[in-house]
Amino acid sequence: MLVVENVDVNYGAIRALVDVSLEVHEGEIVALIGANGAGKSTTLRSISGLVKPNKGRILFEGSELQKCPPHKVVEMGISQVPEGRRVFPLMTVLENLEMGAFTRKDRANIKDDIDKVFAKFPRLEERKKQPAGTLSGGEQQMLAIGRALMSKPKIMLMDEPSMGLAPMLVQEIFNIVKEINQSGTTILLVEQNARMALAVANRGYVLETGQVVISGAAADLAKNEAVQKAYLGV
Amino acid sequence: MLSNLLVQLINGIALGSTYALIALGYTMVYGIILLINFAHGEIFMAGAFVGLMLVTVFKVHIIFAFLGAMLFCMIMGVIIEKIAYKPLRRSTRLAALISAIGVSIFLSNLANLVFGAKPTTFPPTEEILFKIQTYELIAGAQITNLQILTIVTSAVLMVCLQYFIKKSRIGKAMRATSQDYDTAALMGVNVNRIISYTFAIGSSLAAAGGVLVGIYFGVVKYNMGFMVGLKAFTAAVLGGIGSIPGAMFGGLLLGIGEMLAVALGLSSYRDAIAFGILILVLLIKPTGLFGTQIQKKV
Ligand SMILES: Nc1ncnc2c1ncn2[C@@H]1O[C@H](COP(=O)(O)OP(=O)(O)OP(=O)(O)O)[C@@H](O)[C@H]1O
Ligand SMILES: [Mg+2]
Repeated sequence: MLVVENVDVNYGAIRALVDVSLEVHEGEIVALIGANGAGKSTTLRSISGLVKPNKGRILFEGSELQKCPPHKVVEMGISQVPEGRRVFPLMTVLENLEMGAFTRKDRANIKDDIDKVFAKFPRLEERKKQPAGTLSGGEQQMLAIGRALMSKPKIMLMDEPSMGLAPMLVQEIFNIVKEINQSGTTILLVEQNARMALAVANRGYVLETGQVVISGAAADLAKNEAVQKAYLGV
Repeated sequence: MLSNLLVQLINGIALGSTYALIALGYTMVYGIILLINFAHGEIFMAGAFVGLMLVTVFKVHIIFAFLGAMLFCMIMGVIIEKIAYKPLRRSTRLAALISAIGVSIFLSNLANLVFGAKPTTFPPTEEILFKIQTYELIAGAQITNLQILTIVTSAVLMVCLQYFIKKSRIGKAMRATSQDYDTAALMGVNVNRIISYTFAIGSSLAAAGGVLVGIYFGVVKYNMGFMVGLKAFTAAVLGGIGSIPGAMFGGLLLGIGEMLAVALGLSSYRDAIAFGILILVLLIKPTGLFGTQIQKKV
């Protein structure tokens, strides 16, 4: 479904990605793990079109993405939950959700889908008229996920959705990731919480200083000695 | 004394409402691309000249001249952005600022070349609009029908803008883009198009201000954009640059402040007072009266 092929990304002199290749098949949850600065966010940003690869191709359902501007990428069915939630702080919860549906042509159904997001996250409904900047971190994360769902994506790119959340909420977020996947959305999940990520994922890739160093079935990665040492703290 | 104060208060509101119209363009553009569009004052000047030309040369009704000037400047603003600012989007903010100053100098010199250095007079109001009438208010205060027209026109435009920004799909996308440029793109917003809309709206409001000021003071001049542009910029900073209600409020406050200075017999210091206000605001509350601190990553 999504293929990243030999992609290089440079920020000026910094080489953030070096010859990265990965694949996500329809229906999967794929985990992308790695330390700070490994290039995880850069990988997602290059898929979404926010940064342009210096080399390589990105294919989604057979068409090339690497030259598409971000809004075209969204229209093709790829949405992103960005790192650090990035809700629109001065817009209300409701307006944030409406922004998620910005590309949709079936405007009449948007209201129903907002209600579906509220059913999933009742806390958001109670706060729908409130500026998103006044929500707690956990609520903002739910809003960011709900907002990404509003475009009815085929694949959702999630950048560290559990970052900075209390352990109970972390569990809840991973349950939500599973639920979203079970209702038919493919997921590429970037996480520092490698244990949890590998527990929900089908497959995984490990990124180290811009390069994919190990990849395989999530269960195998969780048993891999090098992965355990570096990312699972065993 | 009191009646003089009230007279100047009303003058201040009329003047301030035009500052507010122009300040909106500064604040909207800054809110989205963090650029102080120094050429904005010249767009205001161009609007005044286009309105004047349409009335005098093309004998168009003033209402259509007003709308024509808005349309002309709308297109002009979009083209300026495409030529002078868009290629510098990934450069430093200073580079874009210098480019804006360049456009500003270019446009005022171009106007000098075309219209000459002497002020051009607007036709008398009774020929294009109505005979000026003065209405007595309480306590010796007075208001003219021209002042009412200026205030009401500005107010209507600002209410429309506020409604557009709050309720429309494009308006929401503009707010989203100004709060978080990259994330707006991740929502599927074509940010280049939003930038064009922003320049289009800001420039047409400046043109409206230009025609109103032209009628109000009766003259237009190639360099009129400089001082008014600075004042409107001051108003935008005063209200909190990036804030739309801030620009409206800042414009009014500056206009009133200036005219009250006149009422107190300090009329030769009115510009100094306006810029003194700017310096004070920058010192005491750099984010302005309505300013917000949102973290921006562009
Ligand atoms: N806009 C930028 N300009 C310059 N360098 C950047 C930029 N964004 C990222 N980098 C660099 O690229 C490398 C990869 O960054 P990236 O954000 O992709 O890492 P990450 O794996 O997401 O890290 P984290 O887990 O901390 O979020 C880092 O060395 C980072 O400093
Ligand atoms: Mg990251």
